[in-house]
Amino acid sequence: MVSALFNFVQDHGGGEESHGEALGADFIMHHINDHVLWEWHPFGFDLSITKHVFMMWIASAILILLFSTIFRKPKMIPSGLANFFEFIIAYLQDEVMKPYLGKDSRKYAPYLLTAFFFVLLCNLLGLVPGSATATGDISVTTGLALLTFLMVQGAGIKKNGVVGYFKGLIPPGLPVFILPIMIPVEFVGLFTKHIALAIRLFANMVAGHVVIFALLMIIFTFKSWAVGGITLAGLLFVSLLEILIALIQAYIFSILSSVFISMAVHQDH
Amino acid sequence: MEHLGLAYLAAGIGAGIAVIGGAFGVSKCANAAMDGIARQPEAAGDIRGAMIITAAMIEGVALLGLVICFLLAVKA
Repeated sequence: MVSALFNFVQDHGGGEESHGEALGADFIMHHINDHVLWEWHPFGFDLSITKHVFMMWIASAILILLFSTIFRKPKMIPSGLANFFEFIIAYLQDEVMKPYLGKDSRKYAPYLLTAFFFVLLCNLLGLVPGSATATGDISVTTGLALLTFLMVQGAGIKKNGVVGYFKGLIPPGLPVFILPIMIPVEFVGLFTKHIALAIRLFANMVAGHVVIFALLMIIFTFKSWAVGGITLAGLLFVSLLEILIALIQAYIFSILSSVFISMAVHQDH
Repeated sequence: MEHLGLAYLAAGIGAGIAVIGGAFGVSKCANAAMDGIARQPEAAGDIRGAMIITAAMIEGVALLGLVICFLLAVKA
């Protein structure tokens, strides 16, 4: 990461006095933006393979390989990696699924666990030098939130029926004159929850990376080795914080998905 | 140039205000959760789960403001 930064600064004439801060902003944007690896425009649609798509492929490949190898022959008493992942899954089942979904939790466990591990792995892969954070892209998080949206609507409609589900969105027993206000509010509320889900994950991942690069840029702003110590201490702290945030955001994504599903399934409270 | 400067100023001040709002919300939420845990330690697990969800909701609103400020700073 640092060597890439150094090359970038050299290539773009970082030695000049006036460019210090503008260059920093350029570099930060360069790292947050997506880059096209392979141009592909089938039928007029832009389906180019970008760096973030590639990182998602890597995350998916790691997940598929990992879980298909360690749980190929499930044992009563797991050992090694299987034990470790069984501990995480048991924790998620007790904390994320059971309290909200109750006995339905096994039905929605595949989606919630996949979302958790995929988001977690994308977040953590973003911290590897030379890689990109797939979840730091609004398109990726919107896609994930769209999946949750479909899961929520599907679960609600399956449980309550099409008419019952949309009727149940409005709390029962409201006076008629409030309905013109409540119907649009509840309809918008159907989408805002999921938009917030997408923006939360995106902003958390981007904010962490921006802070890391802003700290790195202190060196280039002051053009001195003396501030290196501050930068190093700050970077170490923020990087550790980033690992924590990667875990928390994955947890929050799955727990909120679980809560939204339970809200759609159990509409009476 | 002056307009550009104003946009940067707006982005900086806006980010600060968004963070103040978020900090206020999260601190109130954590305060109540700590009170609850101190009064009823056996409910710590449930309270913690509810606190994380609420904190995430509040944080989401603050981050929404930060994203707008970030766009303002970058696109200006």
